[in-house]
Amino acid sequence: MNPKRRQKIVFSLLFISSLLVITPIFLIFFFIFKEGIKVISWEFLTTSPARMGGGGVFPAIVGTLYLTLGTVLISVPLGVLAGIYLSEYAKENLLTRLVKLAIINLAGVPSIVYGLFGLGLFVIFLRFGASLLSGCFTLSIMVLPIVITATKEALNNVPQSFREVSLSLGATKWQTIRYCVLPYAFGGILTGVILSIGRASGETAPILFTAAAFYLPHLPRSIFDQVMALPYHLYVVATQVPGVERRVSYGICLVLVVLVILIDLIALITRYQIRKKKLW
Amino acid sequence: MVEEIKIETENLNVWFDSIHALKSLNIKIRKNEILGIIGPANSGKTTFLRSLNRLNELNPKYHSSGKIYIDNQDISKSDVNLLRRRIGMVFALPIPLPISVFDNISYGLRMQGVRDKKILSQAVEKSLKAAYLWDEVKDRLKENSLKLSGGQQQRLCIARALATEPEVILFDEPCSGLDPISTAKIEEAMFKLKENYTLILVTNNVKQAARVGDRTAFFLSGELIELNKTDQLFTIPKNKRTEDYIMGKFG
Amino acid sequence: MNLKKIREFIIERLIFLGGMASIIFVILIFAFLLKEGLPFFRIYPLKDFLGGRFWYPISEPVQFGIKPLILGSLIVTGGAILIVVPLGLATAIFIAEIARGKTKEILKCSIEFLETTPSVVIGFIGLVVLAPFIRKVFSLPTGLTALCGSIMLAIMSTPTVVSIMEDAITAVPKVYKEAALAIGATHWQTIWRVILPAASSGIMAAVMLGIGRCIGETMVVLMVTGNAAVIPKTLLQPVRTLTATIASEMGEVVQGSEHYFALFALGIILFSLSFIVNLIADFFIHKGVK
Repeated sequence: MNPKRRQKIVFSLLFISSLLVITPIFLIFFFIFKEGIKVISWEFLTTSPARMGGGGVFPAIVGTLYLTLGTVLISVPLGVLAGIYLSEYAKENLLTRLVKLAIINLAGVPSIVYGLFGLGLFVIFLRFGASLLSGCFTLSIMVLPIVITATKEALNNVPQSFREVSLSLGATKWQTIRYCVLPYAFGGILTGVILSIGRASGETAPILFTAAAFYLPHLPRSIFDQVMALPYHLYVVATQVPGVERRVSYGICLVLVVLVILIDLIALITRYQIRKKKLW
Repeated sequence: MVEEIKIETENLNVWFDSIHALKSLNIKIRKNEILGIIGPANSGKTTFLRSLNRLNELNPKYHSSGKIYIDNQDISKSDVNLLRRRIGMVFALPIPLPISVFDNISYGLRMQGVRDKKILSQAVEKSLKAAYLWDEVKDRLKENSLKLSGGQQQRLCIARALATEPEVILFDEPCSGLDPISTAKIEEAMFKLKENYTLILVTNNVKQAARVGDRTAFFLSGELIELNKTDQLFTIPKNKRTEDYIMGKFG
Repeated sequence: MNLKKIREFIIERLIFLGGMASIIFVILIFAFLLKEGLPFFRIYPLKDFLGGRFWYPISEPVQFGIKPLILGSLIVTGGAILIVVPLGLATAIFIAEIARGKTKEILKCSIEFLETTPSVVIGFIGLVVLAPFIRKVFSLPTGLTALCGSIMLAIMSTPTVVSIMEDAITAVPKVYKEAALAIGATHWQTIWRVILPAASSGIMAAVMLGIGRCIGETMVVLMVTGNAAVIPKTLLQPVRTLTATIASEMGEVVQGSEHYFALFALGIILFSLSFIVNLIADFFIHKGVK
C-alpha cells in the first residue's frame, strides 16, 4: 500500500481510538448530571438523612470536609518539610535514593492497604478507634507523596541564582530557603496541596475501617467520633441498603463529583494564575 | 610604603570531580585596589571568585586544598555567614529578587536581624548613592525591581552588595549583558568604591580590565600566568601567552 | 544570635525528620501488615493459603485458599490492560503527535477530569449503567462480572496510562523526528519506526503503572465484579479480587480472629505485588532517562 494512504488510514484509526477513550468520560458525567440533578434540592444538601438512604447528605458533606481539612493539616507541614529536604538538603547518596524509592512506593500502595495499615496502627495500636482522627492520619500518609513531589518540583523551579544571591549577602541556609526560595515556590506547592485535597475527598477504601460511619445522622462531636463521608455514603447507599431509589444514589454521586471538580478547578486556576504572574 | 595585603591564597587547588579548576594558586590582593582578572572561558576566574566567599561549596562536586586568608585569617575556619557579609558579590547577569527595590537592598541587613526602618532607609539611600542609582530610583523604591532596566538592575545588585558594608566586593563579569552607557556608569561606580573597598573584577573584556584595574591578573587553564600593574601587563607582558591573549590571538 | 542558631538547628532537624518520614511510613506500613498478618501462618499452613482453591472464611471448617482471589485479581486486571494499553497508546500518539489546537485541549482536559474522578463514582456508574447492559447483551443472570470490572478498570486507569505514555512520546528528542522526516519518511513511518521505539521504556513504565493501579483498585471492583470467590473460567462470570475481599470482609470480622489475620495476610500479598510492579515501573523510567 502506498505509505500516504496507509498513514491516512492509521491516523483515522488513532482518532477513532481517542474518541472511544473519551466517550465513556462524557457518558459518565452525562448520566450523573442528568439523573443526579433530579434530587438535588436545598433540603437534600442541608438536612440529615431521616433513615438510611433517605436522602439528605449534609452530615456526609460536612464529614468529608472535616476529613479533608484534617488531612491537609497533617500532610501539608510534613510533606513540605520533606520536599524542602529533598530539594535543598539531600545529597546524592544512598539515603536520598532510599527516600525517593520510599516515595514512589508510597504513591503505589493500594488504597485498601492504607486502610489496613490505618486500622492496625491508628485504630487498634494507638487506640484512636474508628474516628475522624484515624481517618485523617490514614489519608494524610496516602496523599503525602503528592505534597512532597509538588513541593520538591516547585522548589526546584526557583532559580538557583536566587539562592546564591541570598547566601552571598550573608543569609544563612534556612533564611535563604525561608525568604528567597519558599515564597516563589508557594504557588506550585499550593497546586499540589489542592490536588491532594481532591484525592483525599474522593477516597473510600482508606476510610472504610478507620473513620467512616455507615449511618450517623448528626455531626461528629469530637475528633474521636466516627464521621459519614460522601464517597462511603455513595457506596453504602448504592450497594448495601436495599430498596433505595436509584436517583438518591445519583444525587449523592453528583454532589461528590461537583465537590471534586470544584476543588480541581481551584487548582487549575491557581496554576494558571501563577504561570501568568511568574516574572523571572 | 608597603601595601597592606587584604587577601592571600596559599597553594589553592580546586577540583570539580576530576576537573582541576584551579592549580596551585598563590596570589596576594592589596587593600583598596581594583584587581582585574582576565582570561579565556574556563580559565578558573569565576571559580577563584567563588572560592573567596565559599560559594563553590554549594556544588556537591567541589573539593579543594590549600588556604585562603583574609586579613590573615583562614576563611575555612571562619563562620561562613559572617565571611559572606564581609565579601559582597555581583553576578554576571543582574539578579534582582522579584521584590521591591527597597526590599532588595535591605535584604542582607534584614537577614542580620535589623528591623529598624530608619536604619534600613539610611542604608538603602547610602548604598544606592554609592552605586549611582539613587537619582533614578529614589521615587520608585516600592516598585518591583524587575521593572528597572538591565543596567539599573545591575547597579541595584551592586547597591545590594554594598548595603551590608562589606570589605571586599567581587564582580563576576558584571557588564557582560549591558550596553556601553550602563557599563560606563558601573565602571564609574567602581572607581569611587575603591576608596573604601577592595574590588576584584573578573571580566571577559580585556579593555575593561585595562580601563579599570590597578593591577591585572591573567588566568589560563586554572593557572595564574601573570600578575602585574595594569599598564605594565598590557604594554610589556612578560609571558608570551599573556601577550597572545591580549593581542586577541586566542580567547 | 545564639537563639537564632538554636532555632535554625531545630528547623533543620525537623526538615531532616520530614525527609525521613516517607521511609518511616513505608517501614511502618510493612511492619504493621506483618505484625497483624504473620500470626495467621502460625495457625494456618502457608501451603494451603497459597495453593488452596477455596476461600470459605466463615464456613466449618474454614478454608483460606487465595487461589480464586489471586486469579480474580489477575483476570480483571488482565482484561483491563488488554483494553487500556492499545487504546491508551493510540490516544497518547494522537494527542502527542497528531492532534492540534482545540481537539488536543479537549482530549487532555477530559482525561485530566477523569483522573480526579473518585473511584467510587466510576464503580457506581459500572453498577447502574454497564452491568445491566452486559447482562442484556450476553443474556446472563447478572451483569456483575469480570468483564464489567475490566471495562471500568480500563476507564479508571486511562489517565495514568495515557499521560505517562504521552510524556514518553513527547520526551523523544525533536532531532530524531526531524532526521526521519528529512530522509523522506511519512509522519506515520516516523512515529512507528523512530518515535515509538525511542519511547518504548516510558511506554512500558506506563503499562506497569497501569497494572499497579488495576491490581490495587478497590471500590470499582468491589462494586461491579459480583464478588463470588470462585476460580474464574471466563470473563463473563462474577469474580472476587484480593482488594474487594479485604474491603468487604474486614468490617465484619472479630479483631484478633483467624479471619482477621487472614485479611492482613492478603494485605501483605497486595503490598508485595504493588511493590514489585512499582519497582519494575521505576526501572523502566530510569532506563528511559538514560
